[in-house]
Amino acid sequence: MRELIWLIPLIPLLSSVTLMLAGSRLPRLMIGIAGVGSVGFAALLTLGTGINFMANPEPFQLTLWTWMQVGSFAPGVAFYFDGLTLVMMSVITGVGFLIHLFSTEFMERDESYARYFAYLNMFVAAMLVLVMADNLLLLYLGWEGVGVCSYLLVGFWYQNSANGQAARKAFIVTRIGDTAMALGLFLLFTELGTLDIQAMVGIANETWQVGDNVALIACLLLLAGAVGKSAQLPLHTWLPDAMAGPTPVSALIHAATMVTAGVYLIARTHGLFLLAPEAMMAVAVIGIATTLMAAFTALMQSDIKRILAYSTISQIGYMFLALGVGAWTAGIFHLMTHAFFKALLFLGSGAIIHCLHHEHNIFKMGGLRTRMPVTFWSFMIGSAALAALPMTSGFFSKDQILLQAYQMPGMGPWLWLAGLLGALLTAVYSFRLVFVVFFGAAKTEPDKDTGWRMALPLTVLCGLSLIGGYFIIPVQDVFPVGSGDHPAHWVEYVSISVPLFGVLLAYLIFHTGQLKVDSLVNSRIGQTLRQFWLSGWGIDWLYDRLFVRPYYALSGMLKSEPVDAIYGLIVAINQTFNHWLSAAQTGRMRWYIVSMVFGLVVLLTLALQISPEVL
Amino acid sequence: MVMVNLILILLVGGVLALLSERVNENMPRRVALAVVLFDLVYFLIHLSGMPELTQLQAPLPDDPSTWLMHFKADWIPAFGISIEFALDGISMLMVLLTLVLGAVAVSASWTDVIVRRGFFEANLLWTLAGVLGVFMALDLFLFFLFWEVMLIPMYFMIAIWGHENRGYAAMKFFIFTQASGLLMLVSILALVAVNQSATGQWSFSYFDLLNTPMAEATAHWLMLGFFIAFVVKLPVFPFHTWLPDAHTQAPTAGSVILAGILLKTGAYGLIRFAVPLFPQAAMDFSYVAMVLGAVGVVYGAVLAFAQTDFKRLIAYSSVSHMGFVLLGVYAWNELALQGAVMQMVAHGFSTAALFMIAGSLQERLHTRDMREMGGLWQQMPRMGAVAMFFVVASLGLPGLGNFVAEFLVLLGLFQVDPWLTAVAALGLITGAAYSLILMQRAFQGEPNPKLVDQGLMDFGRREMLTMAVMMLALIGLGIYPQPILDIAQPVLQSLLEVTP
Repeated sequence: MRELIWLIPLIPLLSSVTLMLAGSRLPRLMIGIAGVGSVGFAALLTLGTGINFMANPEPFQLTLWTWMQVGSFAPGVAFYFDGLTLVMMSVITGVGFLIHLFSTEFMERDESYARYFAYLNMFVAAMLVLVMADNLLLLYLGWEGVGVCSYLLVGFWYQNSANGQAARKAFIVTRIGDTAMALGLFLLFTELGTLDIQAMVGIANETWQVGDNVALIACLLLLAGAVGKSAQLPLHTWLPDAMAGPTPVSALIHAATMVTAGVYLIARTHGLFLLAPEAMMAVAVIGIATTLMAAFTALMQSDIKRILAYSTISQIGYMFLALGVGAWTAGIFHLMTHAFFKALLFLGSGAIIHCLHHEHNIFKMGGLRTRMPVTFWSFMIGSAALAALPMTSGFFSKDQILLQAYQMPGMGPWLWLAGLLGALLTAVYSFRLVFVVFFGAAKTEPDKDTGWRMALPLTVLCGLSLIGGYFIIPVQDVFPVGSGDHPAHWVEYVSISVPLFGVLLAYLIFHTGQLKVDSLVNSRIGQTLRQFWLSGWGIDWLYDRLFVRPYYALSGMLKSEPVDAIYGLIVAINQTFNHWLSAAQTGRMRWYIVSMVFGLVVLLTLALQISPEVL
Repeated sequence: MVMVNLILILLVGGVLALLSERVNENMPRRVALAVVLFDLVYFLIHLSGMPELTQLQAPLPDDPSTWLMHFKADWIPAFGISIEFALDGISMLMVLLTLVLGAVAVSASWTDVIVRRGFFEANLLWTLAGVLGVFMALDLFLFFLFWEVMLIPMYFMIAIWGHENRGYAAMKFFIFTQASGLLMLVSILALVAVNQSATGQWSFSYFDLLNTPMAEATAHWLMLGFFIAFVVKLPVFPFHTWLPDAHTQAPTAGSVILAGILLKTGAYGLIRFAVPLFPQAAMDFSYVAMVLGAVGVVYGAVLAFAQTDFKRLIAYSSVSHMGFVLLGVYAWNELALQGAVMQMVAHGFSTAALFMIAGSLQERLHTRDMREMGGLWQQMPRMGAVAMFFVVASLGLPGLGNFVAEFLVLLGLFQVDPWLTAVAALGLITGAAYSLILMQRAFQGEPNPKLVDQGLMDFGRREMLTMAVMMLALIGLGIYPQPILDIAQPVLQSLLEVTP
């Protein structure tokens, strides 16, 4: 079993290549079978490997070939498998399979059915390589690979320029982080002499003391990559726009898997981050700041997918917070539960959009509780887990994060408090969505109901979102053991009750209307804040002024090629001389004789001046 | 003799192609393709019979007997000029690249040349002959001769079969190359004279001229003469301005050869001559060269982003990509040099393919203006998908050859100068910007209403076959670049020993 793990990314890749080459000639059924089946097969293989691994939980490594060897630089195409890899692979193939199945119905009528599954399979392959990579260079291959697939899928409906714009934004903004990460790779290799993660961490611990500056810089560069991919401040702006892609894509790439790659990267290289406490602090601060920023923004959105997008940004913020305070297991646990409930919510919103003539605005929905019961329950369960209501999966993971944040020496209680505010906001915005969309009067009638290929994945994900909190992820050997202390009981009680209070608030404001917020919203400050949050804190506007427009201006300015002006000048000087000299060529004999005599006189005078003895 | 034959086959083949037009106007392209493929097969057969290839030894730079092949015959003995060719790993790679891309170029011009086809194919073959000469000649006089020979047929290709502004572009190309070539000639003659005064022997042979003792200032000036000739060809900011015009105006085959092969003669010259002949001077100068390289990477990318002409955009992307080569050469360590060599090969394929796509678009739409395009994927999905492949290759997607090249260059450069690396790495971001905007403007977005219902032909079998060759090459280079690295490694190792 262990020798065969290379098959797991290879099968979706082969399916993808087949669909690219022959997709247009295959019947839809075949395309669906290849697309879904390949990921299903990968999921089964992952399951088999997982069972095998649990029986004997010893990490192993598998080298296929040396990718390139130049001097001592010899990264391999090599995989590393431990508990963390297993968790990530299970999420990718398991949730991935459900989303592929959902897609067969969602994309049923699309003319580019084969292209869709080709990209989606390619994505799964690249994502698997990312989490299975034994060295940072192969990880980088997966990292860029998922980036390109994300670009292709966000811009899937390419005939609309806005989609292309969103796709390019997603790629270029994450590329900024990726470039920093590449610099981090250069630094790590130059300092440590290898990019093999396990060996590298070992050498780092021998080379650097805790607090070493080089370690700090290296971690910050890796962090920049993670921030870009995981849509954290300040590189989060691409994710809300990435919602232009088909909704199952948002569920798979922009909720469950790719956007959590940054979390995975930091968790995977935690041995380095432990050497750089300031970098860990930066991770925690970025995480909590992003959580709050995105939660406030989500509260104001009316596009169902944008709400979920900001919610994703916010939840990944929690994962970063967990990593930053050293709660590695809790961070990865939240990654997994989030993959369940956020995939559920996105697929649920996909079902709504599919059945409601591509309507995205939640205020044009309403009353869907009775009309789309499966979707309703999906949203109820998904939102409950998102809001971390007790007994749901999200509760277990988020609670762990908050409690461990509280215990962090120094800033702990402040981080906890900010985290609580985020939890409150999360409960409010997620149940705002539920109440507005599913209760009240119907504003748009669905024209169809979900078929089994949509209902089944939703049901399975509902189950996972409910019970996922009881899973025990096999990462105890991967991460250092925590202190095991528990904070005071009141901390726990407060952490549990805040989300419940948030749901109550949402109920009173958006369902019964007993709590009037109109006067608050309509006040001047209220309006300004609303606008500010609605626009995502004006960050897009700022970047547009700071980077996008100056870049366009610069390239527009240089377009006429100023360097060529210098060569143009040389040409102009030559032409001027040519003009003068050719003016002397009149063809009149008299003029030639005069100028020759004149020249002779000048030359003779000069000769006499220089050497009078000539004459 | 093999090396002489390689060149002779192309020269004679050119004459045949020219004459074959009398038989049938479709004949020249068939003859040209046959000649290039024959040359390639001839070379491969010869290589396969060489046991040295399985275990490459580091060739001593000043001892031709350690090279893979060596040929020497007297030409003008009074001045020590001889017909001397030699082949090591790097020149072997370049010869292979030239012949493969030569075949691609013939395929690229299969249908778009309609006047004087015989003379066109002849010029194409003669250019290739000149390029092969440049890659193999190790007598500096002979090298200079070939340097000029490859220029003239190229000039004709642009001036006769080029697009609307061909006269200007051809003249500009010619003058830039001539003027810089003149500097090199002066340097060659001075170097030979210096060597003669030291040894009492006239010799133009590379192997004799290495290790010529000379004053520091002399070395600096002579090195500059070579440097300028090569960086104009490469091209490097600020000597690049001939390139956008030449590449844009040249017929498709011309662009393929220019970008795919001719630019590499500049890189080759730097690695072969400019640094080893004047090691100390080159090292003193390396920082300036690296700064020029880094500026070129970013400058080329910014300008590429601004273009509306499909071919011009690709032309500027070459400026950006060749900046990496300059960085790799002057960082002068094994990683960076391997990256530079890899970039020469990978860029050859990716740009040749993009120019071929540009040519196919022009043939179908009669424009290169991307404002007139848009949504072409709809009508030409195969071409769109192929374009997407080469666009992501050119923006450096891991798994394809260009990534290996750029990563190695930057990794090597980082060990020399982290700050310059950071500047050059901006090229990864700006590279993404121009590459994706190309896709957007041409193939994505709303279809241009004027082009719908035009019945645009998607890529046919010949085009897909040509593209498939290049795609497979880039994938191969991307996931298993080791054969190329192994071929270049001994050469680079011995070159690295030349410098202090």
